[in-house]
Amino acid sequence: MPLRALGSEQQLTSFVIRRLLYAIPMLILVSFVSFVIINLPPGDYLTTMRQQLESQAGLTREEAMLIAERMAARYGLDRPFMVQYFEWIKGIVTRGDFGYSFHYNRPVSEVLWQRLGWTLLIATTCHMVSVGIGVLVGIFSATHKYSLLDNVFTVLSFLGLSTPNFFLALLIMYYLAFHVKTHVGGLFSTEYVMAPWSWAKFGDFLKHFWVPVFVVGLAGTAQNMRVMRGKLLDVLNSQYVETARAKGLPERVVIFKHAVRNAIQPIIMYLGMSLPFLIQGEVIASIVLNLPPIGPAFHIALVNQDMYLAGSFLLMIAVVLIVGNLLADLLLAWMDPRVRYE
Amino acid sequence: MAQGELLLDVQNLSTHFNTEEGIVRAVDRVSFQVYKGQTLGIVGESGCGKSVTAKSIMQIVPKPNGRIVEGKILYHREDGVVDIATLHYQSQEMRELRGNEISMIFQEPMTSLNPVYTIGDQIMEAIQLHQKLDKQAAREKTIEMLAKVGIPSPRERIDRYPHEFSGGMRQRVMIAMALSCSPKLLIADEPTTALDVTVEAQIINLMQDLQDEMGMSIIMITHDLGVIAGIADRVLVMYAGWVVEEGSTEEIFYSAKHPYTQALLQSVPRIGRTGRLNSIKGTVPDLINLPQGWCYFAPRCSHVMDICLENEPPMCALVNGRRVKCWLYQEGEASA
Ligand SMILES: Nc1ncnc2c1ncn2[C@@H]1O[C@H](COP(=O)(O)OP(=O)(O)OP(=O)(O)O)[C@@H](O)[C@H]1O
Ligand SMILES: [Mg+2]
Repeated sequence: MPLRALGSEQQLTSFVIRRLLYAIPMLILVSFVSFVIINLPPGDYLTTMRQQLESQAGLTREEAMLIAERMAARYGLDRPFMVQYFEWIKGIVTRGDFGYSFHYNRPVSEVLWQRLGWTLLIATTCHMVSVGIGVLVGIFSATHKYSLLDNVFTVLSFLGLSTPNFFLALLIMYYLAFHVKTHVGGLFSTEYVMAPWSWAKFGDFLKHFWVPVFVVGLAGTAQNMRVMRGKLLDVLNSQYVETARAKGLPERVVIFKHAVRNAIQPIIMYLGMSLPFLIQGEVIASIVLNLPPIGPAFHIALVNQDMYLAGSFLLMIAVVLIVGNLLADLLLAWMDPRVRYE
Repeated sequence: MAQGELLLDVQNLSTHFNTEEGIVRAVDRVSFQVYKGQTLGIVGESGCGKSVTAKSIMQIVPKPNGRIVEGKILYHREDGVVDIATLHYQSQEMRELRGNEISMIFQEPMTSLNPVYTIGDQIMEAIQLHQKLDKQAAREKTIEMLAKVGIPSPRERIDRYPHEFSGGMRQRVMIAMALSCSPKLLIADEPTTALDVTVEAQIINLMQDLQDEMGMSIIMITHDLGVIAGIADRVLVMYAGWVVEEGSTEEIFYSAKHPYTQALLQSVPRIGRTGRLNSIKGTVPDLINLPQGWCYFAPRCSHVMDICLENEPPMCALVNGRRVKCWLYQEGEASA
C-alpha cells in the first residue's frame, strides 16, 4: 500500500481494534448459549449410563449409582450449572481441553480436531475455489457482456445454483463408480486409509478430495459469478471508471485496479455469511459420500447426550462463523476506506 | 479574423449509438476548431450531444454500442497532425494523448474520483503514467498541483480519501489531476453544474487563472450560457446532435442568429430583467431512430417555415467565421 497520512492509518487501526473488541462479547455469548442448549434436554449422560449399567452389565442399583457418582465427581457434573460452564471455558482457554467425550471415551479435543479438521479443510478450499473461479469468470462475463461465452457461463451458473448438492453428489458417485470405475466415497482409497502420508497417498487424497469440494463449492461459485458480474457491470458504468480511462490508463488497469476493487465488496461480505451454508452443504456431502467430517459425529453426540462433545461442536462452528465474519470485515475495511467510519 | 494557431480541428464528426430500440445519432456531422490558448464554449440543452462530442475527442465513447462513424478529429501536435478518429481507443498512441495532451473533467465531482484510493494516489497515477518521475517526485508534483488549485494544506490532504472532501474541493482535485501533466487541451464537461453558485464562480475563476498561467486551450461544455459568457472566446451551440450556430462570444450574446440560440438567451436569468423567464417551449426530440431531412428544431421554432419541415437546413457560413444552420440565412450574409 502506498504512503498514507496518519489520519487514515489511525482510522484503520481504530476500526480493527473496535471490531476485535466487539468479537469478544459475541464469543462469550455464543459459548454460553452453546452450553445452555446442550444442557436443555431432560436427563443426562450419567442417567443413560446408569441405566445401561443396570440393565446390560447386570450391576445392582447401588453399584451403578456409585460408578455414576464417581464419574460425576471426576467431571464436575454434580456442581452448579454456572460453575460447570466456567470450568469448561477455563479448560478450553487455558489448556485447550474441551472436556471428555463419554461416548468415544476420549478427550473431546481429539474427536473434535479429527472431524473439524476435515470440515474446515473442505470449507476453506470451497471458499477459495468458489471465490477464485467465481470472481475470474464474473470479471470475464462482465467485460464480455452478451458474448457467446458470457451466455454459456450464465446458463451454467443457473444450473449450478439450482442443483441440490446431494443430487450432485449422487450423480458424481454414479459416474465415478460405473463409468470411470474408481473407488468412490471417503477421502482415501482402502489401501491408503491406514498408510502414512506419502506423495502417493496425497495424490490418492486429491483424487477423492475434489468430489466434496466440487459438490459443496458449486453453488457458491455460481453465486459469486453472478454477483461479481452484476456488480462489476454496475461499477464499469460509474464516473470514476471513466475518469480512470480518461487518464490514459490501459484497460487492464482500469478494470482490475479501479473497477474490480470496488465490485468485489459483496463477495467478501458473502464470504463471511456463507460459512454456515458451506458447513450445511458439507454435512450433506459427507453423509452421501461417507466422509469423516463433522455432521454425522455431531448428530451422534446429540443423540447420546454426549454433552461436552456436542457443545464443543456447536461452539467451534459458532467461533468459525464469528472469526470468518471478523476476517471479512477487516478485509472490507482494508479495501474500502469508507467502511472504517462505521 | 486572426485566430492564432490551430490545435484541434474537428471535421464532420458523427458518433452513433446502437441501442436496442434503434440507432442514436448523438453527434451528427459536427465541425469546429479549437485554437491554442483559447476557450471554446459548447452550449445546448440536455441530451444534445455535448458529452458525446467530448468523449469522441478522448476516444472514450462507451463501447461496444458507441462508435465514431465518420469524420476527422485532427489534433495538431508539435511533430505533426494525428487524426484521433482513426486511432484505436486502446492504442499506445491514443493512450499517450489521453490524460496527457488532452484531459477531461466531468460533471459529477461526487462520483468522479475512485472512493477506495486516496486523492494523492489517483493524481500520482496520472503523473507516473505519463511522465518519467519517480514516486517521490510525483508526490511533490501532486502536492504542488493541489496547492495550485487551492486545496488548503495539501501536504496533509494528499493522503485523504475522496469522501473526506466537499463537491467543490473534489472538482478542484479533478482539475489538479487533469492539469498535472500540463495538457494542451482541457475538456471541461459541465464542471460546475452540480455545484452551488458561489463554488461555481470559484471554479470558473480558478480555471481561467490556470489557463492564463499554463496556456492550455479549454473546451467548456455547459447548458448554462451565463458560465460561457465570462470564459469563452468562441461559442458553439448544439441542438439534437447538430451544431446549429457558431460565433464569437460577443456575437452570440449580442446578435444571436439561430432561433434556438435566441430562445436559449431568453431563458437565461439576468439582473435587471423583469417579467417571467422564458423557457423554450417543447422538448428536444428523441434521438432514437430520428428521421432525417428536416430541421429538428422546427417544432419548437417561432419562425418555422414550410421548408424547415421538408429539408434539412444547410450549414451557412456568414462573414467572420460565423456559421448558422437555419433556413432564415443565406451563405455570405453579413453577420451584424
Ligand atoms: N451509452 C449510451 N448509449 C446510448 N445512447 C447514449 C449513450 N450515451 C449518450 N447517449 C445518447 O446520446 C445523446 C447525447 O448525449 P450526451 O450525453 O452527449 O448529451 P449532453 O449534451 O451531454 O447532455 P447533458 O447536458 O445531459 O449532459 C442522448 O440522446 C443520449 O441518450
Ligand atoms: Mg453531458
